[in-house]
Amino acid sequence: MTLQAHQRANTLLNQAKVPDTRTAVREFVAQIDRDAAFQLEACVHCGQCAEVCHFHIVTRDPRRTPIYKLRPLLKAYQRETAPFSTVRKLLGLAPPEITTQELHEWSELLYDSCNLCGRCTLACPMGIDIASLVRRAREGMAAGGFAPADLYKAAARALDTGSPIGVRWPALKRQIELQEEATGLPVPVDAEGAEYMVVLSSIEIIGFPEILGALARIFRQAGVTWTIPSAGFEATNVGVQIGSRDVAAELVSRVVDAAERLKVKCVVSPECGHAYSALRWEGPNLLGRRFSFKVVQVVELLDQFVSEGRLRLRREDVRRLTFHDPCQLARRGGLTEAPRRLMEGVSENFVEMPAAGDASFCCGGGGGVSAISRAEGLRFAAFECKKQQIEATGAVALVTSCANCRNVLEEAIEHYGMTLPVLGLTELVAQYLEPELRER
Amino acid sequence: MTVMPAMELLEFARGPALWASLTVLLVGSLWRVAGIFRLGVRPDLAEPRSVRLLAGAMRGILVRMIPRREFRNNGKLGKWNGYVYHLGLAVIVFGYSPHIHFVERLTGLVWPPLPGPLVYLAAGVTCVSLILALMERLSDPVRRLLAGFDDYFSWFVVFLAFATGMGAIQSYAPGAAPPALYPMPLAIHLLSVELLLVWLPFGKLAHAFLAFGSRAATGAALTRKGAAL
Repeated sequence: MTLQAHQRANTLLNQAKVPDTRTAVREFVAQIDRDAAFQLEACVHCGQCAEVCHFHIVTRDPRRTPIYKLRPLLKAYQRETAPFSTVRKLLGLAPPEITTQELHEWSELLYDSCNLCGRCTLACPMGIDIASLVRRAREGMAAGGFAPADLYKAAARALDTGSPIGVRWPALKRQIELQEEATGLPVPVDAEGAEYMVVLSSIEIIGFPEILGALARIFRQAGVTWTIPSAGFEATNVGVQIGSRDVAAELVSRVVDAAERLKVKCVVSPECGHAYSALRWEGPNLLGRRFSFKVVQVVELLDQFVSEGRLRLRREDVRRLTFHDPCQLARRGGLTEAPRRLMEGVSENFVEMPAAGDASFCCGGGGGVSAISRAEGLRFAAFECKKQQIEATGAVALVTSCANCRNVLEEAIEHYGMTLPVLGLTELVAQYLEPELRER
Repeated sequence: MTVMPAMELLEFARGPALWASLTVLLVGSLWRVAGIFRLGVRPDLAEPRSVRLLAGAMRGILVRMIPRREFRNNGKLGKWNGYVYHLGLAVIVFGYSPHIHFVERLTGLVWPPLPGPLVYLAAGVTCVSLILALMERLSDPVRRLLAGFDDYFSWFVVFLAFATGMGAIQSYAPGAAPPALYPMPLAIHLLSVELLLVWLPFGKLAHAFLAFGSRAATGAALTRKGAAL
């Protein structure tokens, strides 16, 4: 990452202090390429996206219709760069200019009311990728200073400390030491030339550190070398949530620098949906170059290890378990089948939710919503859709493969007085490794 | 003020007005598509999970014609009503004998017409369906919020073409020769169709061709990730 890019990222954070509509509009227009234009132009206002969006379903507020959230982006496009925009302006038929008040109002719609989960994308009969367009709209909102203050603060912390919640290396080092003591297995740090470099999310480090011990057991049985970098270990990327490619690029570059410094063959993205999107799908485009290493999501890797015979699982968990699909991994990331094969590998009693997999409901906290304190009430309300899906299974425990989902689900379950433990899939797999191999 | 005689109006509708509207349709559509293409797209540098992007684009176009199983039971009347008036209009436009004769005169292309009673039945169903579409647009809070001039005017030009066509039927018996006695209703019908053709490239009716670009782009992007379409 260049100093210039770092400065651009910090400029964005200063922008929050003085919102500027013209900057937002300029950025909206810059975000519209051919594919986005086709999608903005193709909408027939059928409203079907509203019927599948949990924020609209629970509130019945028509303003929370996914395509409506894109109004500022659409207006900027129609005024400035759409076909016939010049003629429309000359005839006085162009949409009115976007106002500061309007963008303040839309901040709640584009951030608090959207998880970027893509369920609307899947339902749109015109094939409009609404989630991707909201991601683009957020670039304008963030550049103009209209994103929620909590996300600007998280971005500032991430740029300063490496983590959106301020987790630094000493905290991770201590968790590694504790897990090494608990498992008796080493957790390699900064091992140059390792096959796999694992990066983590701050939520895992602080809330679910057992993931480190689980990974140590898994990699030992798989017989491959791995490492954790002491710098560039944070995989989450608040830049893609707030909608700032400069911040996102800066954060991705730290992971890329670590991978290239340690000369690893593969970077393992952790149990975190948006971290995977940020590194796997956006990363090369943010940095403007292809990576010299592969990026795999940890569940994808576990599935690969099992299929290669490197990991052998005991199908001995007798509890009635169900699985929550993190949106960025399943619907938006193509990893729908791998976690199911793993669940079947360890569970005798795995049951699917209604509309499981690609059409599953979001936990309500994705897309940065869990980091926006003003959105907490709405997030809990939106969880009602997920709650119904979970309750339909009669499961006694819920498994997922995203630490943020896990955290959000635990909070919502507590909020609703439910008594359902939420488990991490990687830890579950580590728990059911064949003992003879685990002790090898 | 002189009033144009019916036959002259019909000649005008069949001649200069028709060609002018077709020209606007063609040029406007090309302009709109070219205006979108000129925006360009950056190459995606992320390693694809699948490189079958053309197949993904084609699948994207096809699969969105029918709602996913999980989404079929929730939603509005319009989800299914849309099929009714699209299919109904297709039956009327492409299956009605006088329309086929009209196209034959213009292009030389001809195909067998559908039975008259079937077309009349389709016309009745389509009429109800279009009115239902408007009622839902006006009564449903989401659709009303999303709607603007384009939505209502587009509905109007489609319904006008349909209604004037129904009016012109009086002067036809299915399979009969072109009308000689009632040229005025036919001229009005033709002019209303021409209004539709002129409006099509500039409003939401352009989804007739824009949907292909949108669906294909999303189909290719999701296929690249190995994600569901």
